[in-house]
Amino acid sequence: MASLRDLRRRIKSTGNMQKITKAMKAVSAAKMRKAQEAVLSARPYAKRMRGVMGRVAAASGSVNHPLLAVREPNKVAYIVITADRGLCGGFNSNVIKMAAQTLKNTSGEISIIAVGRKARDFFKKAGYKIDMEYVGLGDDIKYSTAREINSNIVNKYSAEEYDAVYIIYSQFVNVLVQKPVLIKLLPAEAPEEGQAKQVNYIFEPDSPKEVLAELLPRYLENAIYQGLLESKAGEQSARMTAMENSTKSASDIIDSLTLSMNRARQAAITSEISEIVGGAAALE
Amino acid sequence: MSDKTQRLEIVTPEKKVFSDNIRYLIAPGAEGELGILPEHAALITPLKIGLLKFDHDENRIIMTVSGGFMEVRDSKITILATAVERLDEIDVARAEAAKMRAEQRLAEKAPDLDVLRAELALRRALNRLNAVQ
Repeated sequence: MASLRDLRRRIKSTGNMQKITKAMKAVSAAKMRKAQEAVLSARPYAKRMRGVMGRVAAASGSVNHPLLAVREPNKVAYIVITADRGLCGGFNSNVIKMAAQTLKNTSGEISIIAVGRKARDFFKKAGYKIDMEYVGLGDDIKYSTAREINSNIVNKYSAEEYDAVYIIYSQFVNVLVQKPVLIKLLPAEAPEEGQAKQVNYIFEPDSPKEVLAELLPRYLENAIYQGLLESKAGEQSARMTAMENSTKSASDIIDSLTLSMNRARQAAITSEISEIVGGAAALE
Repeated sequence: MSDKTQRLEIVTPEKKVFSDNIRYLIAPGAEGELGILPEHAALITPLKIGLLKFDHDENRIIMTVSGGFMEVRDSKITILATAVERLDEIDVARAEAAKMRAEQRLAEKAPDLDVLRAELALRRALNRLNAVQ
């Protein structure tokens, strides 16, 4: 049995650790609220964008556009979005696991566009070709980041350096649930929303092609932006949940250590008493 | 003006800016200013940098818009804007700084200059400044 002093030391250090996890939980709770708000207020735009995109695609019929060109997928790019930091449960590993699984089933040349330190480190170590990396984006996701990523992949796709582009990130379902998703960005496909109703639009300028040419990059940009936001909100809530769990298990550990400490102290007292009693009996 | 109204929704990537019934809207379409009244035919157009003008509860509201899209359908207008600001939200100092920066960049004519981007930045800044004045 551990000595009394050891037990006291362990209780103290567990208590200190609990303080840290508690503070981290409070911090990520505040950040989560902000990130959650951002993702929720960005959803209306994304939804309408998909609707407009679907209707325009339906109304314009078959249009030739470089971003719609379907090629044999010999060179595939994956945008993988994770967090920069760990300590958020299975959040990063779930995304990476899905990405690694997908990559294993992909034939042809693979390029990675890593967003977040965890994704970059993993794929660098695994020996994949990392074309672009975006780390240290901070807690405030900026639209310009999505625009930059988008213009890079659009350029490469137009130059036929990529034949297909996918994005993998963790979707924020709610505070407890984050779901890794795989979405195809290029060649662009019209979303199903709004496809059903064919509307006879007046196009200004008078060609669906030009409108589509303006609309498509915005649509992709937004899809990436949405991914960044969802991932950020998911990261913060995963971290909050993880920290809450560790705070709780620290409490459990402290409880059981306190119990063994009390037992040890009691045992020491009992043995002291019996020594005294034994000593007194020997004198009689 | 008749009492007919139409629904106007203005959204940016960050948030929903406006959503209510209005009677008219004037928007800077790709091919010129467009006036939209209720029961307008279905229309889709990119928006230029310019001003959105509409009425809301007897007030005339003016917003700057930095490009985007407008869809009109069944007396419902959806504006997917890159950025919009009400006049009182415009950060004059920031717009001034952006204008200076863009002008400087255009004047220097550095070899790696993205002329289009600088010009767009300048036009956005001027649009905001003009709207405030």
